[in-house]
Order: sequence, then structure tokens, then C-alpha cells
Amino acid sequence: MKTQKLKYDGTFEGLLTAIFTVYEERLSSAHIIEERFFEPDFFSELIMVFTDENKASRVWEGLKDFQQFRTSVYRSFLSELPDKEVHILDAIQYVLKTKSDKDYGHPSVLKLAQITKQIGREKHRMEAFVRFKRTKDDIYAAIIEPDFNILPLIVKHFKNRYADQQFVIYDKSRSYGIFYDLNTVQFVELDFDDTVLKEALHDEEMHYDEMWQDYFISTGIKSRINKKLHLRHVPKRYWKYLNEKNPL
Amino acid sequence: MNFERIREKLNILADAAKYDVSCSSSGSNRKNTTKGLGDSSGIGICHSYTEDGRCISLLKILLTNHCIFDCAYCVSRKSNDIKRAGFKIQEVVDLTINFYRRNYIEGLFLSSGIFSSPDYTMERLIAVAKKLRLEENFNGYIHLKSIPGCSDELMREAGLYADRLSINIEIPTVSGLKLLAPEKDHKDFIKPMEKVKNEIIQYQADKKLIKNTPVYAPAGQSTQMIVGATGESDKDIMYSAVHYYSTYKMKRVYYSGYVPVLQDERLPALGTEVPMLRENRLYQTDWLLRFYGFDVRELLNNQHPNLDVDIDPKLSWALRNMHLFPVDVNKADKRMLARIPGLGMLSVNKILNARKYRKLNWENLKAIGIAMNRAKYFIVCDSKDWERKDLEPAHMKSMILQSSQSKYQKMYNKQLRLFN
Repeated sequence: MKTQKLKYDGTFEGLLTAIFTVYEERLSSAHIIEERFFEPDFFSELIMVFTDENKASRVWEGLKDFQQFRTSVYRSFLSELPDKEVHILDAIQYVLKTKSDKDYGHPSVLKLAQITKQIGREKHRMEAFVRFKRTKDDIYAAIIEPDFNILPLIVKHFKNRYADQQFVIYDKSRSYGIFYDLNTVQFVELDFDDTVLKEALHDEEMHYDEMWQDYFISTGIKSRINKKLHLRHVPKRYWKYLNEKNPL
Repeated sequence: MNFERIREKLNILADAAKYDVSCSSSGSNRKNTTKGLGDSSGIGICHSYTEDGRCISLLKILLTNHCIFDCAYCVSRKSNDIKRAGFKIQEVVDLTINFYRRNYIEGLFLSSGIFSSPDYTMERLIAVAKKLRLEENFNGYIHLKSIPGCSDELMREAGLYADRLSINIEIPTVSGLKLLAPEKDHKDFIKPMEKVKNEIIQYQADKKLIKNTPVYAPAGQSTQMIVGATGESDKDIMYSAVHYYSTYKMKRVYYSGYVPVLQDERLPALGTEVPMLRENRLYQTDWLLRFYGFDVRELLNNQHPNLDVDIDPKLSWALRNMHLFPVDVNKADKRMLARIPGLGMLSVNKILNARKYRKLNWENLKAIGIAMNRAKYFIVCDSKDWERKDLEPAHMKSMILQSSQSKYQKMYNKQLRLFN
């Protein structure tokens, strides 16, 4: 029997619509693929998925008894891993069939839990490693290059924390950012990089930058030095935007 | 603002504050409800790590390192010839706010040398916290040091602005304190602890009746002990830790391996290695007491006044109590699972969850991510194979040591090696 390839637009609603389609059409060997990775072949049947909020929300509603699992599904979607749709579909089918979302003996349920953990770790790292620089316009700006697409997950944290300051966090690898204007947070696409930021800096920025580097050094204890542990906590790939490791 | 001068002060006063190990920024519940700055309702965040691998989450500084006391273990002691400096209250406030706005820190940890009198010093610390809360509308984390010997009224006020209060007992035994800090009285440490404990109890009782009772030190209080400065045993240290946990409802007791900073005949010589492995074993013991249901007398007693250096305290306990093993992971209760060497509470919970669905065998245990290298000698599961095969404890210990690699190995193997 032919496999069915479901092509969707790469949005979360699109993915949920595809899953709805699998149930609606009773597809037995469905393979959901994002548009931009789709390659036609002779051995499978192509099904175009048109994102439908109604269908998407019915799938989402169907999972309402499994809150933790829902988070897992959404975070796995943000992971951008190539096989994520396969595991998400497989796990959802298993959870809906067995009515239990914590059986980590099932490979896809386990896989989703593992991805979720990775994403959670990256989210937490970004909450820690974002370094704002104050600009002349009094906007606090930061650039990040996270391993996963975690910007949507950190909005709430930063909005609560910096309620009284305008800020931008720009994901350079995905070319978009979040901007808080003292009222709401918006997703923005803008032309932004280190050079643009450097030119816009507030005069006092250099001083705080230096003081933070000083502090980083003077708070360490030389007789206890442990570089291996240091690197485990602050992996090198994050150093680029940490001013204590990489001064202005 | 004179940035050069502030920078200089920051270097001196951060350097003097770094021996305080607490960096916790969690456990508070101060939400940003008024569109102010900061929120400490979530979990703690480590914004960076020092090159010795300790977390940096708070701006940890002294208000001043001028001190009227001459405690032998302290780098800021009166007789030590070092650069002295002092921050103005507004300078600390500005630094905290500006570091916080850049997402460098979770808040402030402010301590101080004692100048003129304990009360005078404590007032200055409180003034910083008060300014941050009331003038800057700051909801980040504030950890204030309680100054030994300060008055109850000030401790009451401190808790209204701080999330955590701490006072470092430093020397675990009263006799040790007499030796190293003869001017300090043990009672001066106890009084503020007692006051904070009572205020927290009072706050919790009042809150049930009146919802808007002002919050008092929501992240509780903690203390710290120096390890390896006065020849105390592990039993001395842990028994007094237990005393502080139970009598003063401490959130945390920290153990800090003594870093020789001063030449003094009462202390280990300069250049003596920091007892990091011992410190690590004490923390492991602390965890066993707080999260694994152990009683301190099981781990340390007159027969075993010191912890083993080459193996962790749980394994050491298990080897002394082989009659309780092997444990059947499919049947044992949570308390007993938690006692299996090599299993952390995360693994215990994974097992409890996984065994609802099927009887677990070795493969299942591996698949859910249980570390086996120590545990396999102490458990049976849904499989005929059993690793222990009635080994003697000493034999088992050597097998475990051979199959595992400790990052501390070089420390306890030292005496066996003749040449490097």
C-alpha cells in the first residue's frame, strides 16, 4: 500500500490540521512533511493540507486532558528537528488511544519528552544568557542565536520582568525578534546585527559593560578554578553574545 | 556618576564578598504586579558561572570592607593590610538596577564589614533594600546579611524588604569560634536567627487571617559553615547543620571549604589545598537528609564520625547495611527506592511512573535513563539475572570503584602514588 505524504505550511495550526486529516481520512501510513522539505516521489500519494483553524483547535481540544503532553507537543514543534512530525503524530495517536500520556515505554512519547527537555533547557538558558545593551533611544536590545526556535516561549518571562523598559530580543539565526513597547510584545522582522547595535549604543553602556566584566573576574576564586565545570555550564557556542566572555 | 571610582570600589568589594557561597535566587514569590522592574516569582536563574564553576545569579558585594572585628578566617579582618572601600547607598542601588536591566543578575546579595556598631551597619543594609523596593519599585531578589548582634527591631524591618536573610555561623563549634573570633559571642549569631524564625512563623499565621499582611522574608533564612579551618569532624558539622535546620527552620545550610587567605598559626597554612572533595561529600549528605529521608545518625555516628572520601555517603551507608538489599524495583516503596545507591530522586520518580505500565527489567530501566553502574549491585527486577551474586561489601566497593571514574580520583589516590 502507498504511504500518504501530507504537505503542510510549517505553522503549528497547519500541523494540527494535518493530524486532523489523518483521523478524518483514516490514513494508516501517513507521513506529515513541512512544505519546504517536501520532495515528491513515485511511491507515495500527495495530500495537500490547507491550514484550518477550526480543525486545528479540534485536535487541540482533544488533548485538553493532557496538559503536560500538550506543552510537549508544542515545544517539540518548535524544535525544528527533521522528524518531529512523525513523532508528534505517533505520540498523539498513542495517547488518544490509551488515554495515558506518561508511558515513556512508548518510543514516540519518550522522544517527545526528551525533545521537550532539550527545548526547556534552551529556553532557560536564553532567560539567563540574554544580555541587553541600552541604546540612545532607551531601548534595551539583545541578539541571540539559540539552538531552537524558543523566542515564543520566553516572551512572558521577559515581559513580566521588564514591564517598565522597552526591549528587543532578536534571533539572528531565524531573522526575527520580539519587541516590547511598554504595552504589548510583538513579533517583528527587522534588519539588525551587531554593527547596527554598536552604533546605536547609549554613552553609559561601555561603563556597565566593563563593570560587569570586572565583576565576573573578581567574584571568581582562583584557588578553586575548574574550567571543565565552567564550560559545562557556559558552553562555548553561547560566548559570542555574553559580554563577560566576549567584551564590546 | 564617576564610573572610574565606582569600578574601583566594585572590584574591591566584590572580591571581599566572594567567599559567601550562597547564590540562591529562588523560593521567593514577589510578582511584578505594578508594572515595575523585576519579578522573582519563578525559579532561580544563574546568569553566568565563574571560572571555578559557581553560579552567578546575584550581584554579591559588601557595602564596605571596613571592619571593627578581627576574625582569623576572614579576609576583611581588621589587622589585614588590604585596600578598603565603601559604597554609598545610592551607588549600590544604581549598580543593582543597571545590572538587572541588562539581564546580568537576578538581584542583590548585600553583606558588609561591621563598622562602628552592628545596628549602625544593619541600618545601612536595610536602607539599600528599602530604597530599591520603595523608590525604584524593584521586585528582583534581595538577600541581606544579618549582622551578628543587631537588634530585633532591625531584623523585623530587614525582612520586610529582603527575600532572604542569612547569618553565617562560619565555625561549626563554639570552641572553634572562641579560638578564631574571640571578640564574637555565639549568642550574637543566634539572636537574629531566632528573631527571623519567629517573624516567619508569625507572618505565616497572620496571612491566614489577613490576606494583605506585609510579606516577611519569603525565601527564608540560611547560614554557612567553613569546613576545614578548625579540625572539626564531619559529624560535628552535620550534627550542627541538622540543629540549624530543625531549630531555626533554615532553608539552606551552606558548606564552604576553607580557602587559606591569611597567614595565622591558628589556621591551615597558606597554599593548603581547598578541601573541595570533603565539601562535596557534605553537600551530598545534606541532600540525603533533606530529600532522601535519611536521618543524620544513620550516616554519621560515633563509629563513623567522618564520611568516606572515595565513595559517596549513600553507597557507604548501603555497604554497611547489606541486609536491606537487594531491593525489588517493581515492589519497593518510594522510601526504599530512594535509598538505592546511584539512584537520584528523578530516577526514583521515573521508576514509580514506569512500573505502572509494565514490570521493569534491565532493558526497561536503561531505556528510561536509570544509571546502573552502582545501582545494579543493589536491585533485582523482572529478570533472572542479578548482578550481586552475594559479593562481600569490600569486594563490591572495589568493583564499583574500578568501573567508575570520579572527577576527584586524583585527590584520594594521591597517597598511593609514589611518582607523578
